[in-house]
Amino acid sequence: MPKDGGIGSSTKRREDVRFLSGTGRYTDDINLHGQLYAHFVRSDVAHGKINGINADAAMAMPGVVRVFTAKDFEGVGGVPCGWQITSIDGSPMQEPKHPVLAEGKVRHVGDPIAVVVAESLGQARDAADALEIDIEMLPAVMDMKEAIKDGAPKVHDDLSSNLCYDWGFVEDNKDAVAKAIADADHVTTLELVNNRLVANPMEPRVAVGDYDMANDEHTLYTTSQNPHVIRLLMGAFVLGIPEHKLRVVAPDVGGGFGAKIFHYAEEAFCTFAAKQLRRPVKWTSSRSEAFMSDAHGRDHVTKIELAMDKDNNFTAIRTETYANMGAYLSTFAPSVPTWLHGTLMAGNYKTPLIYVNVKAVFTNTVPVDAYRGAGRPEATFQLERVIDKAARERGVSPIELRRQNFITEFPYATPVAVEYDTGDYHATMDRVLEMADHAGFEARAEQSKKNGKLRGFGIAHYIEACGIAPSNLVGQLGARAGLYESATVRVNATGSISVMTGSHSHGQGHETSFAQVVSEMIGIDATQVDIVHGDTSKTPMGMGTYGSRSIAVGGSAMVRATEKIIAKAKKIAAHLMEASEGDIELKDGQFTVAGTDKSVAWGDVTLAAYVPHNYPLEDIEPGLEETAFYDPANFTYPSGGYACEVEVDPDTGKVDVLSFSAADDFGNVINPMIVEGQVHGGVAQGFGQAMMENCAYDADGQLISASYMDYAMPRATDLPMFKVDHSCQTPCTHNPLGVKGCGEAGAIGSPPAFVNAVIDALHRGGHKVEHINMPLTPDRVWTAIQNS
Amino acid sequence: MQNFEFVRPTSVADAVAALKGDEAQPMSGGQTLMPTMKARLAAPEILVSLTAIDEMKGVRKDGDQIWIGGGTTHATVARETAESYPALSSLAGRIGDPSVRSRGTIGGSIANNDPSACYPAGALGSGATIVTDRREIAADDFFQGMFMSALDEGEIVTAVKFPVPQKAIYQKFIQPASRFPLTAVFVAHFGDTVRVAVTGASSDGVFRWTEAEEALQGNFSADAVSGLSVSAAMMISDLHGSGAYRAQLTKVMTQRAVAALA
Amino acid sequence: MNSIKLRVNGKEVTGQVEGRTLLVDFLRKDLRLTGTHVGCDTTQCGACVVHVNGEPVKACAMLAAEADGAEVATIEGQANADGSLSVVQQAFQDHHGLQCGFCTPGMVMAATALLKENPKPSEAEIREYLDGNICRCTGYHNIVKSIMAASGQDVPAMAAE
Repeated sequence: MPKDGGIGSSTKRREDVRFLSGTGRYTDDINLHGQLYAHFVRSDVAHGKINGINADAAMAMPGVVRVFTAKDFEGVGGVPCGWQITSIDGSPMQEPKHPVLAEGKVRHVGDPIAVVVAESLGQARDAADALEIDIEMLPAVMDMKEAIKDGAPKVHDDLSSNLCYDWGFVEDNKDAVAKAIADADHVTTLELVNNRLVANPMEPRVAVGDYDMANDEHTLYTTSQNPHVIRLLMGAFVLGIPEHKLRVVAPDVGGGFGAKIFHYAEEAFCTFAAKQLRRPVKWTSSRSEAFMSDAHGRDHVTKIELAMDKDNNFTAIRTETYANMGAYLSTFAPSVPTWLHGTLMAGNYKTPLIYVNVKAVFTNTVPVDAYRGAGRPEATFQLERVIDKAARERGVSPIELRRQNFITEFPYATPVAVEYDTGDYHATMDRVLEMADHAGFEARAEQSKKNGKLRGFGIAHYIEACGIAPSNLVGQLGARAGLYESATVRVNATGSISVMTGSHSHGQGHETSFAQVVSEMIGIDATQVDIVHGDTSKTPMGMGTYGSRSIAVGGSAMVRATEKIIAKAKKIAAHLMEASEGDIELKDGQFTVAGTDKSVAWGDVTLAAYVPHNYPLEDIEPGLEETAFYDPANFTYPSGGYACEVEVDPDTGKVDVLSFSAADDFGNVINPMIVEGQVHGGVAQGFGQAMMENCAYDADGQLISASYMDYAMPRATDLPMFKVDHSCQTPCTHNPLGVKGCGEAGAIGSPPAFVNAVIDALHRGGHKVEHINMPLTPDRVWTAIQNS
Repeated sequence: MQNFEFVRPTSVADAVAALKGDEAQPMSGGQTLMPTMKARLAAPEILVSLTAIDEMKGVRKDGDQIWIGGGTTHATVARETAESYPALSSLAGRIGDPSVRSRGTIGGSIANNDPSACYPAGALGSGATIVTDRREIAADDFFQGMFMSALDEGEIVTAVKFPVPQKAIYQKFIQPASRFPLTAVFVAHFGDTVRVAVTGASSDGVFRWTEAEEALQGNFSADAVSGLSVSAAMMISDLHGSGAYRAQLTKVMTQRAVAALA
Repeated sequence: MNSIKLRVNGKEVTGQVEGRTLLVDFLRKDLRLTGTHVGCDTTQCGACVVHVNGEPVKACAMLAAEADGAEVATIEGQANADGSLSVVQQAFQDHHGLQCGFCTPGMVMAATALLKENPKPSEAEIREYLDGNICRCTGYHNIVKSIMAASGQDVPAMAAE
């Protein structure tokens, strides 16, 4: 039994009290004295030439302070991209400028053209209507395959084409893969779309810029998952503000899911305008604005081929993907379809040869970047769908086909450049089948049939690479940043502790789970430990929270810093007890000397550190504060088996999810309650992708799912209770906590389970439907039945 | 939204007077109009709130009919017709969500005639009478296409009078994003006649499926409809469903309604 | 401008508002009660749910001027007199019914209204009642559990543990 508040206990979240009582402090809750309001005027066409902007009438409107256009940003940098990909031919990706406000051309619906700053939001909005903008419409570039044909209209006139890069991985395997496919006993081919999604954290983005003239200091309050990354990108690349004059604060943040990783033009604008106007400037996104300005996710078009020998052993995989970048390169966009996707194409299976080709394409759409899972859901979906199709073609059980090809020996080096440290895929498969009562499925299917419904069972297994990432490795792969994490552990004189972490919590409960780790290591009550995050003026340089990295990387940094604290505290304790340092033990907040009854309490040692009257000043400094930067040795590899049972109404195509079971291997678990909550949320988003959500454009580039009226968010009635389990644990071998990360698993593993279940149901009803593109709306399912 | 002068009369007469100008707009619960104004798709100079007019509120018996004030919220209708007209109660109790039902009103919904709204199906399917500040209009004459009605400029729906069928039911298939009907069917059986009203499906807004009504009059069973179909060409086709799909839903929802009642 | 006078969480307040001022903006900006959130502009997400005269209302779809004379309750007024969390609030903490916390005020206000109307709701009734409250973090699983628990019903007995 873990002790209450310690590692492994489902400690209640301390942050909940403020969220439940309405006293949280989100960015939009911040109002500064003299604050002005910014309203962004955005393009309502997908592609057009800006012939002129006349702001005279708008400037004359009540309360208007200034109207900004691209002209005001001459000499200011563009919003940078943080990752460079190299094409097969050795050339770097094409990287267009992404101006803060559109220069000369608009390139997607929502591209900001001008900003009206006024005394009130209403006044800014009213004045925007008086702005005269002359735009000449140009043909919209929408279809990726059309976009890269010769003669297609170009999103960026200064680039040679709409092709951002053409990436091959592993290029040396290409010919061997082609040969293996040509020689195979059977090849299963599947073409599919990984639908474009909008992350939709419930808190829309907000930015408040402030400028202190006396000290020439800038402060940006923003809804970010990684304030230091914003400080770095905005300070160094856009506005030219040195770090010591720029503070970025991300207070309580209402969900991120990736969309709040990236540096956005609105952040740069508010910071810039606050200095220009010498008054704070606030921008709050409306939801409708979020749909056309938050980076979107996914949007891949893929063909996958799976080759097998006569015994159904996988011999090769080849994929070709078109990845939509949108109109500009968002912060980490190029890395998503490549290093976060290609490296995961082995999945849980020992396929000896794999080749992945990705063509990234510019279109007149909102930029696309990481969204919960980022690349890994796209990889998992292809693989888990093609395996189901292969099983059907070969007349074998999809479960057995997976089992037969599972990797069973670790460490395992895949043919796509990563090495899995641990895992036990048969264990998670066994567990999930038990949870889902697979044995009882046929009887339930019979019952559904009697009720005129088609019941289906879907299984999917996943692997993900989390805990990103070893800096030297990602540097070689094109990252323009390191991916370590930091922590400072500051012990106060009375023994209480503040931990300053570079990780950022926007729903993950770090204030609770991180405190569990530190308090257990020292043996004090968790209430003695506070977690501080989200403010570049308080925490050491940190890379933030995404890619399920917080506990694996941020937690490891915190452990390392705490280990340093304990080592120093032991020295002090040894001095106080006149014992040898090597004999000091720390347990339950008491330092003891091995083999004696001598002891001093944690608080006595911390007090001595700050009141060093009886203290070994010749050997060690006073004080008790340590910082550690942790750079991971490898990715972590959470894995799991997911099972889903659905019932399809053949007359309407409506799918009801009757049960969903998830057996995950996250390695060690700090707070099971929080981990389970992460899986619930991830599965719900995976459900959304599979069954409901679709960010859709028409042929002219108009966004037709631009609000919750048309973008279908999962609601309580759409989902069942989930069965989740994390008892299969193969701890990570290369980080001190043995943890792997749990934030994205649900969104990665669940979409193929949902789709496999529906396709299974249709086949059981005699409808030979091989694939339906997500989301599996009633209309699409019914239409597929009609066409079968 | 653009600013406006806000007036909140306490009588129908005062409301009608306040609506005399060209740029005045009545608002009842505002659950549709407020988002529309936020999107700047409507920008009245004077907004006339109908929420303080007591004579437009309430549910009561009116001879054989049920009289419902135009300013009565969905929540109140759901509560107060549970015994007297369960199908209508069920319809009202499933509009939007509980918070929307606290504010949204029957009069506002009917006057707006959104092609995907629930109440137009209930009113048309029941053969209700729409009462305005100046006249009474049969539901058959009231709904005149998407967002179009028989109302004149400045005319207010003050009440709706519902005859109570022997049995009735509202079968709704929701659009998964908006939670409005993708297609919904109100079937009312009056003994000698059957009325079938369909919402969400047609590009002309709510309509009566007369072929189905005729078939069901002779044989009130789901089978009576199985040979029929509505034209996919007249159906709305969008992200959430093709015309053919809405035509299918029209039939399936009608069959299910009848099966539940038969 | 319109003069309004109403009671918010039991206290009388007055204000001068434009016709277009939404109730939620009056609460957040004029009264600095920032617990009520805005998550959409189409009256769907429910982050802004408050109680007006005892009924749940989306404060983003009601004009402040319409609240003249009304009794309004917000998340800030839900705790017990001694400052401890209400039964519903406490159940959300006990059962991890929130993650980022942004939808939470609306969820708590909706749940509180539900339990007033229906003290022992079924799982299906809870899900139905939350149709106008979107949560992106929890998948609703633990929200449903929290509300079940707040109603005094047996949570461990629920399916799918």
